Amino acid sequence: MRALVVFLGLRLLRALIALWLVSTVVFVVMRLSGDPTPLLLPPDAPHAEILRLRTELGLDRPLPVQYLAFLASLLRGDFGRSIHFREPAARVVLGYLPATLELGLAAFLLASLIALPVGLLSAVRRNTWIDHVVMTGALVGQAAPTFFLGIVFILVLSLQAGLLPTSGRGEWRHLVLPALTLGAFAMASIARLTRSAVLEVLRADYIRTARAKGVPEALVVIKHTLRNAALPIVTITALQFGTLLGGAVVTETVFSWPGMGRLAVQSIYNRDYPVVQCAVFLSALVFIVLNFCVDLLYGLLDPRARPR
Amino acid sequence: MASSIPAPVPADTLLAIPPAASLRRRGRIPWPVTCGLAFLAALVITAVMAPWVAPYDPVRQSLRARLAPPTLAAGDGRVHLLGTDHLGRDVLSRVIHGGRVSLVVGFAAVVVGGLVGATLGILAGFQGGWIDTVVMTLADAQLAFPFILLAIGIIAVLGPSFPTLVVVIGLSGWVAYTRVLRSQVLVLRTREFVDAIRGLGGSPLRVILGHVLPNVLSSLVVIATLELGRAIVLEATLGFLGLGIQPPTPSWGGMIHEGREYLDSAWWISTFPGLVLMLTSLVVSRTGDWFRDVLDPTLRGE
Repeated sequence: MRALVVFLGLRLLRALIALWLVSTVVFVVMRLSGDPTPLLLPPDAPHAEILRLRTELGLDRPLPVQYLAFLASLLRGDFGRSIHFREPAARVVLGYLPATLELGLAAFLLASLIALPVGLLSAVRRNTWIDHVVMTGALVGQAAPTFFLGIVFILVLSLQAGLLPTSGRGEWRHLVLPALTLGAFAMASIARLTRSAVLEVLRADYIRTARAKGVPEALVVIKHTLRNAALPIVTITALQFGTLLGGAVVTETVFSWPGMGRLAVQSIYNRDYPVVQCAVFLSALVFIVLNFCVDLLYGLLDPRARPR
Repeated sequence: MASSIPAPVPADTLLAIPPAASLRRRGRIPWPVTCGLAFLAALVITAVMAPWVAPYDPVRQSLRARLAPPTLAAGDGRVHLLGTDHLGRDVLSRVIHGGRVSLVVGFAAVVVGGLVGATLGILAGFQGGWIDTVVMTLADAQLAFPFILLAIGIIAVLGPSFPTLVVVIGLSGWVAYTRVLRSQVLVLRTREFVDAIRGLGGSPLRVILGHVLPNVLSSLVVIATLELGRAIVLEATLGFLGLGIQPPTPSWGGMIHEGREYLDSAWWISTFPGLVLMLTSLVVSRTGDWFRDVLDPTLRGE
């Protein structure tokens, strides 16, 4: 029990350090770009007006002071006011969060629901044509750049076949193509890993024993194999969800999906620091929390992984 | 069902290679890998020779030949095998020249990432202590959030110049080298030959350069190949977002970006550079997998 607390404590500490580093890097990068105030005012604005706005935004203070103020407000969950939207940055970003979560979750579900059975089938039917087709598809899925996949989907399924809309958000039809695009890489990775994890287990002595004593093959696969192959599969599946967040930036741009990734890209162009900081920080937070949960899950599924 | 499952099988082999290939003698290069290497060689040669190989000047515009579809027939005496784009520029010539950007940025980024990552990994593994802790904490932090967001931010801030792209793409990959080399050096460090050289008065630098580095070189080659594929795709992704090498210089990502508005009228502008990009990414990553299986099977699953 004590060991578990120490283990979790250390993991938590690492997560916090990672968050701090992320926010520091974001702060430095955003400040490298110079002063956004001239962009916010008409070109003929008087100098006094520029100075007034600069003071109002706190940009006239020395950088270390700005940095400390930035860290202090982070701790309060205050990311400052969006320069572009003129309301609290956290509120802006949280407004765009549901769209991204919807897309991410749909992509994740699509990827796992297709990849798990397909990977299992591929392993059970090793070296048949099914296996070759699935694995070739997975290789292409892993190699295809997300944005090009999106373009191909739009070209073939929207423009040629006229089946699904090319962009926007609304009913389920809008969700299909972005989710498929975003989920493709995860789908390929999960299928490949499921296949090799299942193959690994099928090779084990206890599987031979089970077969030898006459356990029906379906039961061997479902009960003996899946349970033992679950550990690496769950790990990679959960990690894939984190990577989806990064892919969302590109996918949302391709399909004009009104989510956090697209907001972040646009805010970079607008030099809207507070929104960018908040979006990156929130993505990192979600990712780190997910990794933390994966660690817990790992311990739950495999007693050997628990700290002694 | 049972009959289709072979009893103990050898380690999970290269999946795309048909069983026949694994029966051939060891040391022979399987044919998909041969095809892949031939493709890469062709790509490099056309990129190097681009000004002589490309049928037309890649930035020469022609208002009369705008959005011409791919054709074998010469309309006005000019054959555009892959069609022309919205400014009447020859798509094939632009794809050939675009390969230069992808390959140069890709290779340079791998060199940058490899130098930084390998140095840190060997240092962390060899020295241990606080250096190790700091390096691994940094690695964790980098893996802890979507790097593409930061890459976009840095490039938007500093401007999309060639050095910026190389450094950002290169640094986005240092963790892969560091993690693998660190764990290998941790093991190597305790081997007798290291003790022997140090006992004979060899400096740590000599141990690292003369004895540790050669032992991790094969892993380094494997990771560098896999990273090359990633770097090329990342460069194209940034180009697609408008943050790559700037127009009029042709790049695959930039071409896909430009062609996006003409998808319903001129599909060829985006599709051809995209196909070449995808093929390149696929071939490079398969080659990397093959290197791994031949040079260092212990890396599998990384």
